Amino acid sequence: MIASRKRWDLVFAIIGMLALGIGVLAFAALFIDMLIKGAPVLSLDFFTSFPSRRASQAGILSAWVGSTLVMLVTAIAAVPLGIGAGVYLEEYGARNWFTDLIEINVTNLAGVPSIVYGLLALGLFVYQFGLGQSVLAAGLTLALLILPVVIVATREAIRSIPVGIREGAYALGATKWQVTADHILPYSTPGILTGVIIGLARAIGETAPIITIGALTFIAFLPPAPIESTFPYVSFDWLMAPFTVMPIQMFNWTSRPEAAFQANAAAAGLVLVVMTLSMNALAIYIRYRLRKNIKW
Amino acid sequence: MVNAMVSTKPETPGNAAQVQPQPALERKAETRDLHFYYGSFHALKNINLTLYDKQVTALIGPSGCGKSTYLRCFNRMHDLYPGNKYEGQIRLYPDDTNLLGREVDPIEVRMRISMVFQKANPFPKTIYENVAYGLRVRGVSKRSLLDDKVEEALRGAALWDEVKSRLGELAFNLSGGQQQRLCIARALATDPEILLFDEPTSALDPIATASIEELITDLKSKVTILIVTHNMQQAARVSDFTAYMYLGELIEFGVTDTIFIKPKHRQTEDYITGRFG
Repeated sequence: MIASRKRWDLVFAIIGMLALGIGVLAFAALFIDMLIKGAPVLSLDFFTSFPSRRASQAGILSAWVGSTLVMLVTAIAAVPLGIGAGVYLEEYGARNWFTDLIEINVTNLAGVPSIVYGLLALGLFVYQFGLGQSVLAAGLTLALLILPVVIVATREAIRSIPVGIREGAYALGATKWQVTADHILPYSTPGILTGVIIGLARAIGETAPIITIGALTFIAFLPPAPIESTFPYVSFDWLMAPFTVMPIQMFNWTSRPEAAFQANAAAAGLVLVVMTLSMNALAIYIRYRLRKNIKW
Repeated sequence: MVNAMVSTKPETPGNAAQVQPQPALERKAETRDLHFYYGSFHALKNINLTLYDKQVTALIGPSGCGKSTYLRCFNRMHDLYPGNKYEGQIRLYPDDTNLLGREVDPIEVRMRISMVFQKANPFPKTIYENVAYGLRVRGVSKRSLLDDKVEEALRGAALWDEVKSRLGELAFNLSGGQQQRLCIARALATDPEILLFDEPTSALDPIATASIEELITDLKSKVTILIVTHNMQQAARVSDFTAYMYLGELIEFGVTDTIFIKPKHRQTEDYITGRFG
C-alpha cells in the first residue's frame, strides 16, 4: 500500500529530472558548441581590435565598449526610477483603483515584446527628443525594457520584510520616510540588487530594440572618452556617440558567408554568455553576502 | 501584585467597567465609549476602562475577543492600515489629550506610548542601534547622550550586564528571551508614559518568560503598563488590574485579586477556571 503510493514519488522525481536535464543539456550543448568554434579565435587582440573586413583581424573592441556604456546608462536610468516606483507602490500608494491599474500595467509591461520598446524609443527618444542613434538613446530604451523587472523585484523584496519589523519601527514614532530610509530600503537592498542585475543581464543580450533605433553594425571607432586631460576633465560627449553592442556585432558576423566570421561570431557569443553568467553570479554573491546579516 | 490600597465597590449590573480606587491611585488614561471597526467588522464595542498610573493592567479573554485590537488603539497602530475606524476617546492624563483625536498625529501618540510585540522584532542592526533607534528618530545624534540613554534603557530591561561588552554585535545573535528584553529596552529608551505589551512571552520558554515577568514587575515603578496575555497565571502574577474581554466587549474589570477570586460575572469565572475559552 505504502509502496504503491511511494511509486508516484519516484515517477515524479524522474519526470522532474528529465525536465531539468533537457534544460541544462540544451544550454550545455550550445555553450560547448560555441566554445569549440570560438575558443581558437579568443585572444587579447580579439578584445582590442575593431571589426574588420578580414576575419582574422576583426575584434570586438567597439562592441564590448558599446555594451558597457549602454549598460551604464541603462542602470543609471532604471535603478532610481524602478526603486522609486516600487517603494511608492508598496509603501506610499493608497490601495485604490488607480494603483491597481498601475500595478496591472507594470506586470503587463514585463511581457511586452522588446521590439515594441524599440519602436517606441525610435519615435520618442531618437526623433521626438532628438537624441539620434546614440548610446544615450539605446541606454534609455533598455532602461524602459528592464524597468518592470526592477519594479517587481523591488516590490517583492519589500514584501519579504516581516510586518513586525515595520510595525516595530512605526511604534517607536518613526515617520513613513524614516521607516523607508532606515529600514525598508536597507533590508530590501539584496533583493533589489538581484533584480537589477538580472534585468541588466537580460538587457545586455537584447538585439531587436537596439537594431530598431538604428545602432551601427560596422563601427571602427570608440565613443569619446568620458575623462579628458583638459578642463573640465569630464565629458559627456560619449552619450551622443554612435555605437554598436555585442549581440549586433554577433548578428553581423553570422550573416557573413565566410566560415572564419562564423568562428568570430561564436567567440563573441562566448564572451557575451560569460558576461551574462558572471552578472548572474555577482547577483547571487551579493544576495548571499547581504542576506547573511538578515535573518527572518 | 496585591495592591492593598485599592478596594472595589460593588458594581451595578451592566456597568462592568467601573472601579473606584482609593485617591492614592491616579488615572493615566481613560477609555470612553470606544468602538473600533475593521472595515465593516465591529471589533470593539463600547469599551470604558481606566488605566491607573504606574500600575499593571492585564487584558485577558479568549482568542479573537479584541484584546490585541484594543491594545493597538493606544498607539494608533491601526492607522497604518486602510479601512480601520475608531469611535470614542482614549484620554491621556495629565494633559487630557484624546489619543484617538483626528487632530492628534499618530506619531505624537507613539512618541509617548511604546509597544513590545508578541514576537521579538529586533531590527537587523547592532544591539546599540536597536536601542538607539527611537532616539535617532527624534533627531538625537549626540554620541554621549545616546550612549547614556542606551545604557540606561538596557539596564532598565535587565540586559546591560549580558550585552555591555558586545553592543556592536547584531541583535540576531541574542537568544529569544534576550531579543525580547532588547525590544523592551528599545521601547524604554524613549521614556514612554505607557508601555504596551502584546503577549510578550508567548514565543518564549518558561525561564525567559519568568525573567520578562520579573522585569514587568520592576518596570511598574517607572511606567504605566498595559499587557495582553492569554496566560491567566501570568495575568494573576504580574497585574494589579485585570480586564476580561469577550467578543469585542469588556465584560469585567477590576482589581486582579478580586477578578481571580470573586469574579462578578459567571462568564469571567468560567474563563478563569478554564471551563471555557
